[in-house]
Amino acid sequence: MTDDILISVRNLRSAFGRHVVHEHLDLDVHRGEILGIVGGSGTGKTVLLNTILGLKQPEGGDIRLNGQRLADMSARERRQIDSRLGVLFQNGALFTSLSVLENVMAPLREHIDMPISLMEEIAGMKIGLAGLDPGAADRFPSELSGGMRKRAALARALALDPEILFLDEPTAGLDPIGAAAFDSLIRELSDALGLTVVMITHDLDSLYAICDRVAVLADKRVEAVAPIRELLGNPHPWIKEYFHGPRGRAALAAKEN
Amino acid sequence: MMRGMRDESSPRAELVVREEGERTILEPHGDWVVDTIGRHDSAIRAVENAADPCNIIVDVRHLGRVDTSGAYLLGRATRRCPTPDADFHFVGEHRTVRRLIEEVRQRTQICGPEEVPTFGFIKALARIGAGLEAAYREAVDTFAFFGKTLTTGASCFLQPWRFRLTPTVWAMEEVGVNALPIVATLTFFIGAVVAFMGATLLQSFGASVFTVDLVGLSILREFGVLITAIMLAARSDSAFTASIGAMKMQQEVDAMRVLGLDPYEALVLPRVVACVLMAPLLTFGAMVAGIFGGMLVTWSAQDISPALFFTRLHSEIDISHFWVGMSKAPVFGMVVAIIGCRQGMQVQGDVESLGRRVTASVVQSIFAIIVLEALFAMMYLELGI
Repeated sequence: MTDDILISVRNLRSAFGRHVVHEHLDLDVHRGEILGIVGGSGTGKTVLLNTILGLKQPEGGDIRLNGQRLADMSARERRQIDSRLGVLFQNGALFTSLSVLENVMAPLREHIDMPISLMEEIAGMKIGLAGLDPGAADRFPSELSGGMRKRAALARALALDPEILFLDEPTAGLDPIGAAAFDSLIRELSDALGLTVVMITHDLDSLYAICDRVAVLADKRVEAVAPIRELLGNPHPWIKEYFHGPRGRAALAAKEN
Repeated sequence: MMRGMRDESSPRAELVVREEGERTILEPHGDWVVDTIGRHDSAIRAVENAADPCNIIVDVRHLGRVDTSGAYLLGRATRRCPTPDADFHFVGEHRTVRRLIEEVRQRTQICGPEEVPTFGFIKALARIGAGLEAAYREAVDTFAFFGKTLTTGASCFLQPWRFRLTPTVWAMEEVGVNALPIVATLTFFIGAVVAFMGATLLQSFGASVFTVDLVGLSILREFGVLITAIMLAARSDSAFTASIGAMKMQQEVDAMRVLGLDPYEALVLPRVVACVLMAPLLTFGAMVAGIFGGMLVTWSAQDISPALFFTRLHSEIDISHFWVGMSKAPVFGMVVAIIGCRQGMQVQGDVESLGRRVTASVVQSIFAIIVLEALFAMMYLELGI
């Protein structure tokens, strides 16, 4: 890991009406790392993600992508940045009127100039890369199971070989074997491509297995960011409960065995 | 390993193909990433088709950055060799490309070629046949749904405590009260237009006072109820389909079934009852507005005073015309509500089907209204009313 900062969030404030979600939130994402974001339900993990993606306007504060302020970007710069980001939304957000193959091809069609046949091949490759069998390519999202939909969404997120991959609960709803395979896939991709991954997750096994650092959202801000080993010693009550509760201990034991 | 943000000045991908005796050497230069490789697809495919796959060598010494798409394209050249990842296929050292090519190849499964659609006379006939069959099935299903709604209604009538009052009242407000302004405005203009046309035509016969009869007859008998029904179809029917369809997509309807709630009782019946009750009231409002519109026009264009207008309306237009119009309203209301609810229940998991069903629902209900209108006209003609 280097000190090369890819995303920096400073003094972020987000609110819905009078309900304040984030206040004075700071977060740095280093280039090439896998950062896990954890926090109780309703602490605004998804809101933070949407704010970094520019889907939600923050009520205050500064977000810089690669040193450039998000708010200052022109529409064209914004589009260029968007093609460097891959996002896996919580429930996939596949286009239901397109087949899986067409879903994966959609970003390629939009941003890249290449023959359609090669596009189809590359989309098929991404589908394989995400661990879906080729029979799924011609099917529609409504005909897929939850886990398959997640993989199809990952294939679409990877379509442009993004530099930053945002994952919102990637392993939720997957069976443990599928979840472990998903984790190792993310790790491999990150190593092979130098991907920066920001993932929201509740899966303690994922945190132990692949995250370089973990950011804990609590009390409307990032309470701590550190490798998971260091977080184990953190005195904050929620963090203590999270990592030393029965599930946390089980995941730790599994990791050590 | 760490890549910077790609920028516009990234070196373009170039490809040099050399022949050395039996071997074909592919020499990629520059960055082989998803934005740059598109141009080289055909060149690599030509090499694939011409050369023996075991004699293709990739020289990676001049290769810059590479991502999975670039790795796929380079790896494709040697794909058909029994040992595609063997050392003799590669010349030179590169940080990631060998591993990436191997990784990509392992995970890639080749999709079969797509079925090419064929066109022809037989196909066209088959489409017509399929369309007719679908229309027939739609009709049968609509009647089945109608029957199911009636039996649900009957069982609710026998067990009145099962009837859901709150959603019914809510639907009545939505369908009736909120629709009244637009329905009244529309018929007001229709009444005015009828009066204008009547006035110009009848004036040439010197019979302009008959405009009153024309306005009264057409608004009471046909236009009041027709405009109401069409507005119901456009406004409420599409809303029914969309809301029930969205519930269907979110599996809310399934959840209701599992919880022991009958969706017909909870979703369909309140809407149907609301439409049946509100359609006559809306029609009444439409009639009042239409006659008012006609009266204003005859007053301003032909100097027929409101007093004369209403005296003539009373003496010439029989009350039976009013009842003919009103009698159609609940029927139209019911048909519109049933078609809207049925189409909503037919929505599948995808957004496309929601759009298709909303369209189908509006088209079908307007079609049904016009057909029923014709049937009513024939029936009342035979009855001599």
